[in-house]
Amino acid sequence: MDWLRQFFQRFRASFRGAQLDREVEAEMLAHVQFATEENLEHGMSPAEAHRKALIQFGGPQQSKEQHREARSLPLLESFFQDLRFGFRVLWRSPGFSLLAIFCLTIGIGVNAAVYSWIEGLLFRPYPAVAHQERLLAIAGTSRGESGPTAVSWPDFVDLQRNCTLFDSFFVSKIMGTTLSIGDRAERAVGSIVSANYFDALGVRPILGRGFETGEDVGRGAHPVTVISYQLWKGRFNGDPLIVGKTQRLNGVLHTIIGVAPEGFYGTFVGWAMQFWVPVSMEDTFEAGGYKLEDRSARWIEAYARLKPGVSADQAQQEISAVAKRLESDYPATNRGRGIKLWSLWQTPFNNAGTLLPTLSVMLAVATFVLLITCANVGNLLLVRSFARRHEMSVRVAIGAARGRLLSQLLTEGLILAAFAAGGGLAVAHWCRRLLVLLLPARGGVTMHLPGELDWRVLSLSVAVCVLSTLLFALAPAIRASKVDTAAALKLESAAVFGGRGKSWLRAGLVLVQVSLSFVLLVGAGLLMLSLQRIRSASPGFSTQNVLVTGIDLVGSGYDTQRARIFQDELIHRVQALPGVESAALARTTPLGYGTFSSAPVSVDGYVPPPDEKPAVEYNQVGPGYFSTLGIALTGGREFTPADNEATAAVAVVNETMVEKYWHGRNPIGERLQVNDKWMQVVGVAKTSKYESVRELPKPFFYVPLRQNPAINTALNLRTRLGPERMATALAQEVHSIDANLAPYEVITLQEQLDRSTSAQRVAVTLTGILGGLALFLAAIGLYGVMSYTVSQSTRELGLRMALGASPSDLFRLILSRGLTLTAGGIVLGLAVAFACARVLGYLFYKVNPHDPLVFASALLVLTIVTLVACFLPAWRATRVDPNVALRYE
Amino acid sequence: MSHSKLDLLQGTLDVMVLQTLAAMGSMHGYGIARRIEQVSGDAVLLNQGTIYASLVRLQQRGWISAEWGTSSNNRRAKFYSITKRGRKQLSEDAAYWLRLSGVMGRVLALQEGAGED
Repeated sequence: MDWLRQFFQRFRASFRGAQLDREVEAEMLAHVQFATEENLEHGMSPAEAHRKALIQFGGPQQSKEQHREARSLPLLESFFQDLRFGFRVLWRSPGFSLLAIFCLTIGIGVNAAVYSWIEGLLFRPYPAVAHQERLLAIAGTSRGESGPTAVSWPDFVDLQRNCTLFDSFFVSKIMGTTLSIGDRAERAVGSIVSANYFDALGVRPILGRGFETGEDVGRGAHPVTVISYQLWKGRFNGDPLIVGKTQRLNGVLHTIIGVAPEGFYGTFVGWAMQFWVPVSMEDTFEAGGYKLEDRSARWIEAYARLKPGVSADQAQQEISAVAKRLESDYPATNRGRGIKLWSLWQTPFNNAGTLLPTLSVMLAVATFVLLITCANVGNLLLVRSFARRHEMSVRVAIGAARGRLLSQLLTEGLILAAFAAGGGLAVAHWCRRLLVLLLPARGGVTMHLPGELDWRVLSLSVAVCVLSTLLFALAPAIRASKVDTAAALKLESAAVFGGRGKSWLRAGLVLVQVSLSFVLLVGAGLLMLSLQRIRSASPGFSTQNVLVTGIDLVGSGYDTQRARIFQDELIHRVQALPGVESAALARTTPLGYGTFSSAPVSVDGYVPPPDEKPAVEYNQVGPGYFSTLGIALTGGREFTPADNEATAAVAVVNETMVEKYWHGRNPIGERLQVNDKWMQVVGVAKTSKYESVRELPKPFFYVPLRQNPAINTALNLRTRLGPERMATALAQEVHSIDANLAPYEVITLQEQLDRSTSAQRVAVTLTGILGGLALFLAAIGLYGVMSYTVSQSTRELGLRMALGASPSDLFRLILSRGLTLTAGGIVLGLAVAFACARVLGYLFYKVNPHDPLVFASALLVLTIVTLVACFLPAWRATRVDPNVALRYE
Repeated sequence: MSHSKLDLLQGTLDVMVLQTLAAMGSMHGYGIARRIEQVSGDAVLLNQGTIYASLVRLQQRGWISAEWGTSSNNRRAKFYSITKRGRKQLSEDAAYWLRLSGVMGRVLALQEGAGED
């Protein structure tokens, strides 16, 4: 501990320098007096005695310096010196300092904002939950299908029972209801959760309790709910006696047993949950009946918490072994089924998956912007270092070591970066909720996409700050400290325009800026083109003039029989509405956020590969569905009212399914087995988009709604009237059939499509903004270099003029110099962009990553920006008066 | 470089200061410096000023303590005395130096051809 004690002593002494200096001076003075007195006793003259005493003592200055070094931390002291001096220097040139801090603030701020989004949405999306690093998402897999699937409750219970490497497993399945409190009815989003939900997350309700063991058992046996803090405050006015009161949810009276703490939004990235109910209430909120005893009903989204010290790989091995056992124990339901663990940031069933590619692109873009900023500020520092040549030479001449100059300049850079980091964090703080603004609103959903500025983000930002200081300040500092004393002291006049030796570093930095800006421009252009292609691409159905809405019958307690009567009546009335060309019901609407069911199929003559249980997604649709949505039929017919319970089962398949299962033969009249039920193929529909615009063509089939009833359906209308006008009429019709019902929002299919591409839109918007910023910074950099060069070569320009160069010659000279720099940067950028464009591939839709039009546009934009940035310096060059210029200095 | 005076090895001055204080009790900086010169028979090359770096170092390590006081001829000076921890350190250091000088002495006493005995 001795060194620690010594360190503290020295550290303290570093701050008491003046006092300690005075003390040791007094001590040394006494010393010399003692010595003089002794010498006098030996019979020396007073003058001789004093002289001798001083000789014995040695150099007093040197001794004091030794004393100072021995007692304190020399490095710390010189750092404080540098800091003081740095502040003074920066204060003296506020214009430069502010510009540098502004640029760096952009660079660091953009990075901090992206880090905070990644932290808050992907890595630690649930701020109220402890130890999120041990949470994993659970999804099923199915052989032959690429995407993740849901999990069944019995499988989930078996996982919980048989796995030993986990602290807990819990379920959280998103659902919605219409909340009527007082006279206000609104859609609210909630979760169906296992009883251990709040305990497993370590979240304590602030009022009442969470769910208790056993509350997830027994069909409809536990009508209890925990409500969110927002719901409690907003809809129940923060009633302190709320616990024990009841609230009707989907027609069933639920007792409110607790209020979740503020800041807990549930476990669905992107959306704020309003209430939670135990899984025993599943069939109150989910269509399709009670699924807790059905191993083939896969509907659960689940999470697991690892025991401390267990790796994800070990956990996956154990869970795969359990899934394997389930496969052999229950072949009828589990053949080809597995379970896969996902990191939270890859969670397949919430907005994390949607945001992941967008945020990774943002991360790359932010890094680019930071590099551009560093090049820019580096350039500013370089320009300044020329102006400070004289100061540096003087310091070297009077004996400053190069290392000290270097540390002085780096400290100045660090001061700039520290201010910028402060500003950058403020920017990140303001941008926390930016993502919510960029994403489209959905009726009834509170979006919650916060950035998180925790210590990890802060320390990363500080690291970025230090790293960027090294990037932008090191090269100029090395250059500046390498002064040629003699030459600089002579105040030799500045750069020669033709001479490139001295300016290669500055030119190089501009080159970097221009090339990175080019890459960003190309990236933004490609993303924009891709978004435009997505929005203009035909999804295989018409998006104009088709409206869609839904009616929640499950929530109002309808059974299949009542639902059928309601549906018939509704279609009948809606078709009679003025302006409606046709109307059709379907269980699920394409590109919405409901998922399609999938069913095992078999076809005569199709032999599946071993171990594969062929399953195909399908939709239940009413008569006139294809014509209402404008999906073309390439053969056969669509469903009519005659395809009902009394007639033979029929199906319409899509072209991709014909390819795969009938090998391209005409399937009309052939039979298709779905869930052990045979049906006859009566039509072939063109393949369209089902769940995402960007999906590959996939097999799909349709069955008549009447033969395969669904309680909750989407209503599709073909009409030339807008959604607003239709909404009122529809609400009236629905209301007149059942006064307790109201339709969801009415939107066009185009709107539905736009919502499904919101991630791309966010990426395009942000890349566009950042690309613009980068371009702006590059323009500043180019302008700075050109105008500095012009001002430094005034004499040479004057000479050229005196020798007969015309103003337009000089104008061209400067412009061509700027354009040469840009051209170099563009060539470099072209190479980088060519190589990098493919990385963005995930976000691209039908876009050639090397699209010539995009590259040409980026080229054009950069050239124009160059001309603009060089115009003023070039114009100033033409105004040089040779008489003044030659006498200059 | 003078042949008659010894350059001080790193750390030797600290040991000398400790030993002086241990032997003589409380002393001021000049007194310590003079005492070392006298004991060494003026054989040590010492800029007296360097003693102060050594004193502050020893003080920070807690091996000596300091106090302002008045000298016999009524002058204000800082008086140093060795602490308990300083004595412990001194006994360790002294043992080390004695061993080292013993070894050095034996090594240097080796005569040419002595290895053939």
